[in-house]
Amino acid sequence: MHNKSIMALGAGLRAGDFSSVELTRAFLDRIAQYDGELNCFITLDPERALTSAAAADRLIRSGKAGPLAGIPIAHKDIFCTDGVKTSCGSRMLDNFIAPYDATVVSRLSEAGTVMLGKTNMDEFAMGSSNETSYYGVVRNPWDSSLVPGGSSGGSAASVAARLCVAATGTDTGGSIRQPAALCGITGLKPTYGRVSRYGMIAFASSLDQGGALTRSAEDAAVMLQAMAGFDHRDSTSAQEPVPDYSENLNALLTGLKIGLPKEYFNEGLDGEVARSVELAVDEYRRLGAEAMEISLPNSELSVATYYVVAPAECSSNLSRFDGVRFGYRCQEPKDLEDLYKRSRSEGFGAEVKRRILIGTYALSAGYYDAYYLKAQQIRHLISDDFRRAFDKVDVIMGPTSPTTAFAIGEKADDPVTMYLSDIYTIAANLAGLPGISIPVRPVAGKPVGLQIIGNYFQEAKLLNVAHRLQQESDWHRALPTGY
Amino acid sequence: MSLKRSDVENIAHLARLAVNTSELDSVAGDLSTILHLVEQMNAVDTTGVIPMAHPLHMAQRLRPDVVNETDEREHFQSIAPATEMGLYLVPRVVE
Repeated sequence: MHNKSIMALGAGLRAGDFSSVELTRAFLDRIAQYDGELNCFITLDPERALTSAAAADRLIRSGKAGPLAGIPIAHKDIFCTDGVKTSCGSRMLDNFIAPYDATVVSRLSEAGTVMLGKTNMDEFAMGSSNETSYYGVVRNPWDSSLVPGGSSGGSAASVAARLCVAATGTDTGGSIRQPAALCGITGLKPTYGRVSRYGMIAFASSLDQGGALTRSAEDAAVMLQAMAGFDHRDSTSAQEPVPDYSENLNALLTGLKIGLPKEYFNEGLDGEVARSVELAVDEYRRLGAEAMEISLPNSELSVATYYVVAPAECSSNLSRFDGVRFGYRCQEPKDLEDLYKRSRSEGFGAEVKRRILIGTYALSAGYYDAYYLKAQQIRHLISDDFRRAFDKVDVIMGPTSPTTAFAIGEKADDPVTMYLSDIYTIAANLAGLPGISIPVRPVAGKPVGLQIIGNYFQEAKLLNVAHRLQQESDWHRALPTGY
Repeated sequence: MSLKRSDVENIAHLARLAVNTSELDSVAGDLSTILHLVEQMNAVDTTGVIPMAHPLHMAQRLRPDVVNETDEREHFQSIAPATEMGLYLVPRVVE
């Protein structure tokens, strides 16, 4: 039961083959069995899950249920959930019971999904390995000595190990696509503004975007359908109409123009990972697509640009954690400044503090033009590169990550080496474009992701392109042994 | 750009973070490494390039000037570290 698609499970639920309560119990049992080792979940709420499953069963019996009714999912612990701890992977919010639901949470709950729990993540989504979480590292189900990627590491590992059907995630510089690649699942980061940021704890507001981690593009289409759309509570929510994401999944790819940026196949890319990407592109050629080399000349500056823009925005966003209104407060502050400083220093972990400091420096008097303004200008150049590329091609393809999953601890002490694991994913965030990572040929038993980037609001096209490959290949059906 | 211990102290104060004296050197080292990475940007001439603050070229929406949220002070203050009579409590500011 745990290895079925959303569509197959939905059909089973509607036909009365099994109930949502039974399905939910099955996943809760799997979590009890495997999560001690994997550490995917920060908070579990079996009682609440079974109550919503019973409600979903009533909805299904009434005949009014949509495709997600009764489906057990998990939410990244960055999404506020009314009455349930929302920690964002931080000691700062270890005691934070969110007083309202994020729009993503309320929409998925209105669609009838059952929330199993909240997934582990890098602290405040700052990390690429899930090692910065206050709640400990998540282990990769393919090999427990490896990281699952990050920051949506718990979501990715839980979907890969089939501890939930699908999970939500957020992507500021690759935090959905990179863990999806490293865990061998499908990860969709929509266009900036497509999914509401309301109730999604802010890291870098001009880059953050919510999305889905699933076992297939077909499942991702169903999840996005429920999540996407205008929200008056998010000031940057896109007003574009939401198309039917499942309608054109099977459209033929004859004549599809694929751009392969030469900068994405540079010397930093593992040769075997490159070969896996080429094999997938060959498969697309067989499906009638045409692949051509393109250039995104400024993309090599993505990491440098990102590490000004993201920390600058984070230093501003995280100033709200002051020990006064909610979250961690230090013991016996001697004055207000001591209250602020000690609450923040004790509440935040090393990587979060590092980024706040970099951002504060980049925004400080005398340095603003050299860092922040310069980064915003280069962001424009990076975005223009894509604009020109999409005049010639329909989608851009390349690796999601330069290597397969690395060992726990391998990069933990070297921030810059860690930052470079997002070298191929960051540019899409800077430009605000949608991207998807899907599993292709693994290397030495470790998953590899193919990244497909589309033009603004072309999620349906991305899902179609991803789905066609998943119809022709079995890479996305591979399961880690033991699960 | 390499940061000195005094730079770190200054930035940490602006960010309202306390950095232990024993950690100043290692933090200065980490931040300097990141700044070296960031300085790759200097290789590009950006004269005349319009800064991009946001991916979508959208204007801020306006809405009718009517009340659309209810007062939830008690609900929101129930998760605060310390409150009294609807106010957030902090250490004494005025002597």
